[in-house]
Amino acid sequence: MSRPGGGNGGEGGVNGSPTGATPLVVVRNLRMHFPVRRGFLRRQVGAVRAVDGVSFDIHPGETLGLVGESGSGKSTVGRALLRLVTPTAGSVAFQGEELASMTPEALRSARRHMQMIFQDPYASLNPRIPVGRIVREPLDIHRLGSASERTTRVRELLSMVGLPNDARRRYPHEFSGGQRQRVGIARALATNPRFIVADEPISALDVSIQAQIVNLLADLKDALGLTYLFIAHDLAMVRHLSDRVAVMYLGRLAELGHRDDVFDHPLHPYTKALRASIPRPDPAAEASRTHTSVEGDVPDPAHPPVGCRFNTRCPFATDVCRHDEPAWRNLGTGRVPHMVACHHAEAIE
Amino acid sequence: MTDEPRSPAAEIWRQLRRHKPAMVSLVVFLVIAAACLAAPVIAPYPFDAINLTGIRQAPSLHHLMGTDDLGRDLFTRVLYGGRISILIGILSAVLGTGLGTLVGALAGYYGGRIDSLLMRVTDVAYAIPALPLLIVLASYTQAGVGSMAVIIGLLSWMGTARVVRGEVLSLRSAVFVEAARALGASSGRIIGRHILPNAVGPIVVGATLAVGNAIIVESSLSFLGLGVQPPIPTWGNLLQDATSTMATNPWLTIFPGLAILVVVLAVNFLGDGLQDALDPTGRST
Repeated sequence: MSRPGGGNGGEGGVNGSPTGATPLVVVRNLRMHFPVRRGFLRRQVGAVRAVDGVSFDIHPGETLGLVGESGSGKSTVGRALLRLVTPTAGSVAFQGEELASMTPEALRSARRHMQMIFQDPYASLNPRIPVGRIVREPLDIHRLGSASERTTRVRELLSMVGLPNDARRRYPHEFSGGQRQRVGIARALATNPRFIVADEPISALDVSIQAQIVNLLADLKDALGLTYLFIAHDLAMVRHLSDRVAVMYLGRLAELGHRDDVFDHPLHPYTKALRASIPRPDPAAEASRTHTSVEGDVPDPAHPPVGCRFNTRCPFATDVCRHDEPAWRNLGTGRVPHMVACHHAEAIE
Repeated sequence: MTDEPRSPAAEIWRQLRRHKPAMVSLVVFLVIAAACLAAPVIAPYPFDAINLTGIRQAPSLHHLMGTDDLGRDLFTRVLYGGRISILIGILSAVLGTGLGTLVGALAGYYGGRIDSLLMRVTDVAYAIPALPLLIVLASYTQAGVGSMAVIIGLLSWMGTARVVRGEVLSLRSAVFVEAARALGASSGRIIGRHILPNAVGPIVVGATLAVGNAIIVESSLSFLGLGVQPPIPTWGNLLQDATSTMATNPWLTIFPGLAILVVVLAVNFLGDGLQDALDPTGRST
């Protein structure tokens, strides 16, 4: 089960992980290409490189925030980690076990240790099943406990996520978005998983209840010792919840490090631009905020730019950026490595 | 425990009871079915009692629905006929819908080659003309309720298969299906608990239409000599026999036709109510 934390090569580990600990999730060179087929014979004419070579570790008890624009491949990374999609290449190991080499049966039973919270609480609950059965289903699937223990567990889970016990016999459509998301969270927690992928769990919710859900996730993490991959595009929420933050751009990681390093001393021009886009609550600060917006759109992931993926939109791009892919380097000085993929990271800072 | 979720069956029954047309239909259907079942007891005459002195009588107190060209009491024959017609209608609808749902669900869920294979089989089954097939089958099988239900079921599953495949295909990529997969649910559980319950609308509609269709098809089978043979009546062959005298003795057409109409309508309303009862959205608690 265990796997040495170090020895992954590169300075400070290619993964950008704090040294010493045994990672819970180890991702190496993950690639997910979706074939593009055209014409009568459905010939493959290309591939959308949704994820194109991503490596990182997630340590027990930490929250890794994964941010990026729509289309950056961050949701695909989350799905590949739980093997809801089969990666084109690369490896994902959970608790030291490679998911790709598991039999379908072994994978199904391993799923009780790794769960997912979905973005859209309206779509992720089966409309024909009462909430009590939705929350109970993971227990039924994995045959955990007796019938009465499962019932007790469902009550416990509902109260844990702040839903009334009479919610059990009601159907998903009788609940608001925030309550539905609580149902989704209770379902994900039912089997006592160690690891949870939260795929933009708040972006479909009303702003007024986003904070409630984020706080619920944080409380549950403390109470249950969970490990999260928190996928989001709301940077303020990510900073609030995460220990480390990974920034993704066009299927690659641009930067990965401690949340304070990434937010206060970003090394990658893309991270800088993202950070500059966070509105400030203070009107004076907001007025003086420099809108260094990123020009243009995300390039087509079926035809990513040569060299650094960001070179088409980067204000600092030079010839080398247009020819050579930047190495994944550790420029951190502290205990937690601060990884970046930029030729000019030192010069820009 | 009062806050236990009700069992799905109890909940569906509770909802169905609120659906007035469905409940009226259920009562009508049960009355007709019970009368047909009790035919040997309540029928005023034996079903094959010929009375050549009283042929083609109009409805009267002695003969509630009149008599046919051999003087047999039509009311008696409609009661007896219903036993076979209703049974064949329901059995073949269950069989055809079940088979169609199975084929459609497998094709839609697994996709790829399985889908192509199953859908080509469906196309071929659609393309085979029923008549020659029936004549061939007629020479190999014994006419009986069971074999008729099987034959009609095998002739009528393709529409359901196509509709179910389409539904399953779109539900397969639903987020709650992905959620079930993430929980570790098996394919069987995903299809049975998450996909098919959400495709129940078109399945129920197909099944109710199939009941009426089967009663009609049974009459053509009887006409071809594959169905139930005279003198045993079915609604189908009663209707068939009456076609030549429709203008002069309309009651011979009207009463069996009415029987088919009422049963088919009742089944359709029931299906309608069932569809609503199965859908929790918009359900009152």
